[in-house]
Amino acid sequence: MADALLSGLRAYGLIAGMWIRSTMAYRASFVMTVLGNFAVTSFDFITILLMFSHVDALGGYTLGEIAFLYGASGTAFGLADLVMGSMNRLGRRVRDGTLDTLLVRPVPVLAQVAADQFALRRLGRITQGLLVFGYGVLVLDIEWTPLRVMLVPLMLLSGAAIFSALYVAGAAFQFWAQDASEVQNSFTYGGNTLLQYPPTLFAKDLVRGVTFVVPLAFVNWLPALYVLGRPYPLDLPQWLAFLPPVVAAVCCWLAALAWRVGLRSYRSTGS
Amino acid sequence: MRLYAVVAAGGFRRYATYRMATAAGVFTNTVFGFIMAYTYTALWDERPQLGGYDLSQALTYVWLGQALLMTCAMMGGGFEDELMERIRTGDIAIDLYRPADLQMWWLSGDLGRAAFHLMGRGIVPMALGALAFDLALPSSPLTWLAFLVSVALGVVVSFAVRFLVALSAFWLMDGAGVMQICWLAGLFFSGMLLPLNLFPGTLGEVARALPWSSLLQVPADVFLGKRTGWGLVQAYAFQGGWALALLAAGRALQTAATRRVVVQGG
Repeated sequence: MADALLSGLRAYGLIAGMWIRSTMAYRASFVMTVLGNFAVTSFDFITILLMFSHVDALGGYTLGEIAFLYGASGTAFGLADLVMGSMNRLGRRVRDGTLDTLLVRPVPVLAQVAADQFALRRLGRITQGLLVFGYGVLVLDIEWTPLRVMLVPLMLLSGAAIFSALYVAGAAFQFWAQDASEVQNSFTYGGNTLLQYPPTLFAKDLVRGVTFVVPLAFVNWLPALYVLGRPYPLDLPQWLAFLPPVVAAVCCWLAALAWRVGLRSYRSTGS
Repeated sequence: MRLYAVVAAGGFRRYATYRMATAAGVFTNTVFGFIMAYTYTALWDERPQLGGYDLSQALTYVWLGQALLMTCAMMGGGFEDELMERIRTGDIAIDLYRPADLQMWWLSGDLGRAAFHLMGRGIVPMALGALAFDLALPSSPLTWLAFLVSVALGVVVSFAVRFLVALSAFWLMDGAGVMQICWLAGLFFSGMLLPLNLFPGTLGEVARALPWSSLLQVPADVFLGKRTGWGLVQAYAFQGGWALALLAAGRALQTAATRRVVVQGG
């Protein structure tokens, strides 16, 4: 088990390194795509800024607090997108038959699919998320306690793990529904958009759904609201703020299970 | 003309083939529609009548955006990657050899695509949105008709912009950067993220005068009954003017580009 994990990580590193070298062959193009990636994600926040040119608070939250939520979700999602974003392409590989090539190589398939076309330009999204997060921290007057400080890196890493699990589960779904890669987008990109806003905006059933069914609320809402000292949605208990690592581990385990079932049931189209 | 009708029908059928992808797309449009509808509700709760819309009009705007996202190709897509690839590989030489006009050929295909996306990706999210929220749907069939005309003009403007972008490949070879800029501009200046009425000051005036406002803002205003009578004529003139100007620019660029083409080989 540990051996398989290690060899998978090693293979991932090698393939990703190869793609980075290939990207760096065209440095100017790389810089432009990083800036492009940065700009694309910035438009979301510009929209929020435009909204705040008309109002002082949205759902009872100030611009700084929303920047905090936005930055946390954006950074976590950016990390997951960097590491696992290529999982989106699985459906295409199943359709055009190139997945078969990956199956015969002595390297875990998950590592190969995830590291395929590793796109370092996605650093643009992480940078943008971190900048907005930093802005939120600067303008807010947060009462920092050791627990709250500790919770920040925990939140970002667990959030990235939860989003990564969604990417893998979505890819597993594509073994069955080859053309449906867009469904995955509604959970990854859609989830990220949802988490940029405070939970007070949304209907209770939707908040329940993203807490108990697809646990997106653990990416930023629950830990961030604790740091911000804000009341919890649905009268949830405060200790949930510290649960994200556990939730992330469970998500990854379930995603791995789904991936295995998907891969086992894969039948090549043949020639 | 018959030829172009066949090409348009082909464009329609090509996208109609992928039913699973269409269903997945409808699902995604609906999810984003819900998220945006809740954020707009919060915004209009704070400031009723913002941008001249009441809450139900603002929510209608959200769902129109989801319904027209693919139809007017606000995030790009449709044909330009394919045309760029043909230019890069040199296959464009075969296209130029055909007894059909290059611009008209791709326009017909894109109109067929848009017609499918309006039906396949537009109607269901809109209907679901109308079930879940109180939308301001027009009561007069004439308004619906006026809206469809405006959408058609929007599709032509969107095509004309993307055709220009695709032709840039004649000079740049790799048009990924230009495509990304076009994609960004389309998303932001069409009013997809936020109605252009809400953009402040000069930014708002510029945004409303740019061609991309034909893709969503203008059709949505027609749908919401903000453009009637003389206002409707002005809206059509705005869209039609941009469509003609951009198509003419595309034609000029096409002429310049074809003079540059050197077909390799025997």
